Amino acid sequence: MHIVDRRLNPSGKNLANRQRFMRRAKSQIRKAVHESAGSRSIKDADEGGEVVLPAQGVHEPSFRRSSSGGIRDHLLPGNKEYIAGDTIQRPPSGGGGSGSEGSPDGEGEDDFRFALSRDEFVDLFLEDLELPDLAKRRVVNAEAMVYHRAGYSVSGSPANLALNRTVRNSLSRRIALRRPKPEEIQALKDELEALAPEDEGKRIALQEELARKQRRTGVIPYIDPLDVRYRRFESHPKPVAQAVMFCLMDVSGSMTEHMKDLAKRFYVLLYIFLKRRYKNVEVVFIRHTHQASEVDEETFFNSPETGGTVVSTALEEMQRVIEERYSPDNWNIYAAQASDGDNTASDNDKTAALLTKVLLPCCQYYAYLEVGRDSEHFPPGFIRRDSDLWQTYSTIIRNGAPMAMRKVGHRRDIYPVFRELFAKKTGAEAAAE
Amino acid sequence: MSSTLIRAERPLFEGCDWEFGTIQRCYDAIEKVALGEMGLDIYTNQIEVIGTEQMLDAYSSIGMPLFYKHWSFGKHFSRNEAMYRAGMQGLAYEIVINSNPCISYIMEENTAMMQTLVMAHAAFGHNHFFKNNYLFQQWTDANGILDYLEFAKDYIMQCEERYGEAQVERLLDAAHALMSHAVHKYPRKRTADLRSEEKRERERREHDEKVFNDLWRTVPGKESTRQDPTAAEKRKALLELPQENILYFMEKTAPRLAPWQREVLRIVRIIAQYFYPQSQTKVMNEGCATYTHYTIMNSLHEKGLLTDGAMVEFLSSHTNVVFQPEFDDRRYSGLNPYALGFAMMQDIERICKAPTAEDQQWFPHIAGCNDHMNVLRDVWANYRDESFILQYLSPKLVRHFGLFHVMDDASEPNLRVEAIHDERGYRKIKQALAKHYDVSWTSADIQVVDVNLAGDRRLILHHRALNRVLLEEKDTRMVLQHLADLWGYDVLMKEIDPSTESVLKEHAASPRPGIVQIEPAS
Repeated sequence: MHIVDRRLNPSGKNLANRQRFMRRAKSQIRKAVHESAGSRSIKDADEGGEVVLPAQGVHEPSFRRSSSGGIRDHLLPGNKEYIAGDTIQRPPSGGGGSGSEGSPDGEGEDDFRFALSRDEFVDLFLEDLELPDLAKRRVVNAEAMVYHRAGYSVSGSPANLALNRTVRNSLSRRIALRRPKPEEIQALKDELEALAPEDEGKRIALQEELARKQRRTGVIPYIDPLDVRYRRFESHPKPVAQAVMFCLMDVSGSMTEHMKDLAKRFYVLLYIFLKRRYKNVEVVFIRHTHQASEVDEETFFNSPETGGTVVSTALEEMQRVIEERYSPDNWNIYAAQASDGDNTASDNDKTAALLTKVLLPCCQYYAYLEVGRDSEHFPPGFIRRDSDLWQTYSTIIRNGAPMAMRKVGHRRDIYPVFRELFAKKTGAEAAAE
Repeated sequence: MSSTLIRAERPLFEGCDWEFGTIQRCYDAIEKVALGEMGLDIYTNQIEVIGTEQMLDAYSSIGMPLFYKHWSFGKHFSRNEAMYRAGMQGLAYEIVINSNPCISYIMEENTAMMQTLVMAHAAFGHNHFFKNNYLFQQWTDANGILDYLEFAKDYIMQCEERYGEAQVERLLDAAHALMSHAVHKYPRKRTADLRSEEKRERERREHDEKVFNDLWRTVPGKESTRQDPTAAEKRKALLELPQENILYFMEKTAPRLAPWQREVLRIVRIIAQYFYPQSQTKVMNEGCATYTHYTIMNSLHEKGLLTDGAMVEFLSSHTNVVFQPEFDDRRYSGLNPYALGFAMMQDIERICKAPTAEDQQWFPHIAGCNDHMNVLRDVWANYRDESFILQYLSPKLVRHFGLFHVMDDASEPNLRVEAIHDERGYRKIKQALAKHYDVSWTSADIQVVDVNLAGDRRLILHHRALNRVLLEEKDTRMVLQHLADLWGYDVLMKEIDPSTESVLKEHAASPRPGIVQIEPAS
């Protein structure tokens, strides 16, 4: 009998099978991922998690007998009252009291649920998307140094001793200087002992030879400091790209819960996306009515505010935060603004000026999301007046700023809109820019 | 027996912790009981300690330590993993593989008692059954299976490299869909070699010479009524039709498959065949293993090798395993093979040791023979579930389980109780239950009946719909599609009522391009 401890065997034997399965069910998994993303908070949006697939897509068929029709018999344990010849009311479909056989292969036709790892989740989530203008990656603080092997050196710490190389050097030196091998000396000694006492001449010759070799062994060391080599490492600064994401939102009375929900979903997407590209992503929440302030996530989404709508206050606040904490030299700055489009008429020019002159130059990308009411479905042919902000921003975009804007009225539109904003540019489009 | 018993100084272990020394000690003690007292005959054991993830791995490859790659295994793995993580499903305590040496996986989370239990159960109970049961001897090659799987894995990997993963995946999908109808249920006739042919001829001649009587020549006989076989009959004979092993037929006959595709079908078919005995011996296999562990654990306890605490833990786990909910219980999901198997084994022991008048009448050949191990070993070697139940289900057990037989005819408004556990019912129930474990009764009877290779090459299959139970429509369509893809031409399946030979339903499928090149219809 053998006992084998297999616990330390490499795990993940099924990784390849799992990947194949994921590839096969890709379209369904993708759909499930997008649906599940909506219900998460921003910060844990990119954790892995359970997704549910409809069973049909990954079904493995086989010849099976159907579970209804025909004549069938059942043998059941636990008879209490029946005697032969009794009739029993047919239980409602599904078996129940009589012969709940279950499906023959032991698998129900329930939905298929399984867990995705974080990487798998994000991969699927952000397939075919790319961030615009990734160019401004800066090297920040010296913590991010990585060491690479870079040959050998003659000095170093004992922990880095390159044993192979050292012994190799020592060996070649010993061969070159003809250091006598221990076996040679031993052979001489043996010969000397075995020598007949009368052979005086040869004894002296041998003794001299032995003395010479022993001296040589003493002079030429086995390992010389010259032989010693250490593994050398060179440090390279590793570019750590970091990004900050500004979430700007109008929280004035005209923004309904529904609109906020839409905005939140968009922020979640953006956060996951940035997180994917940058190791270090910070999020700044700025809400505004007729005045703006930086708040935490909880307050941002949940506490109601009242007041007018002056968009430029939020932009000013953003400018202040950038100047204080996020120097454009060191940070990739992304901003997403959500609003219902209202703005005090007199503020539009100021907003435009702030954006074009101050903010857009230091931003990688600025996305404006105009959220509408779900019920706002206008009959075809009805031309809706564009909102104040929309008109203002349109003029800015026309001048070729790194900015995009979209309108969203329903949850289901969020993801397509997001994809549209960040879709990988095809060759022709990219060349045209 | 207890008078001669020497009580051990110390139990094998105390508490629930174990280390490899403990396992070795327990194994040795179990071995003494199993080989000495029970007279089991086993393959060499190899016990492997594994963790959770490895157990999940093993689940998805039907317990085998190595397997080829396919998405469906990933699917099972993902589901099991999710269920396990969510706490909806526990993992098995062990998995045992019918190979030589016999590999048993035991979980690292098990307590010391549990390790003892699973070793007695798997490494001795199942092991003995694998080595001695005639079905396993006939259909599986315990010495070669691991090497074969190794070959299969490498072969399929090479195919993927050479022909692309997509190609191989499509082929395996089709093969897996047909896997349930990829076994030979009876040993095939071997084609005779020259030597045996000559021997037979010689014997026949000798026989003729011995019984020769010239008188027979003068007796007027009937005109020969035998006709030459028709072309269709010749064709069928040549293709060995009808054929119920569909994958075998595809491998040998499908006109457009490449050699490597035939080899892949063969691999799937051989693996299906390897697992075929297991599906026919669930009750016996588990009954044998459960009876073995129960006997061994009790024997260890009597000897003082198990503490009372461990024994209580064992009994609690054992009763869970052999629990049989009644039909109106929410937990009921069919007869529990552990419960039925264990009860029957114990019942045989009882009949051997202390038979009642009823037993004397029902089992005259074993009642009171007082050598129950001999009887049990014989049973384990020479029966499968169906024949075992037919032979050994005693009236006492029918009463014990309160078994009753219900007929469900879809054309009638009510169910009818056919038989219960009374004098008139025992035999009926025994026969009906045995039939439930007969594979030719439980799996759909589907055969390839005809194909005209010289004509349109349309493959015709028949499903003989036992009791007019038809096939699941959606699944059947999908499987037929796979079959057509393999075959490369149209496929037609007729569902036939065997009592009237009338066709109840037809399904047809045409091949899609992918596995084989499809000729454009001319």
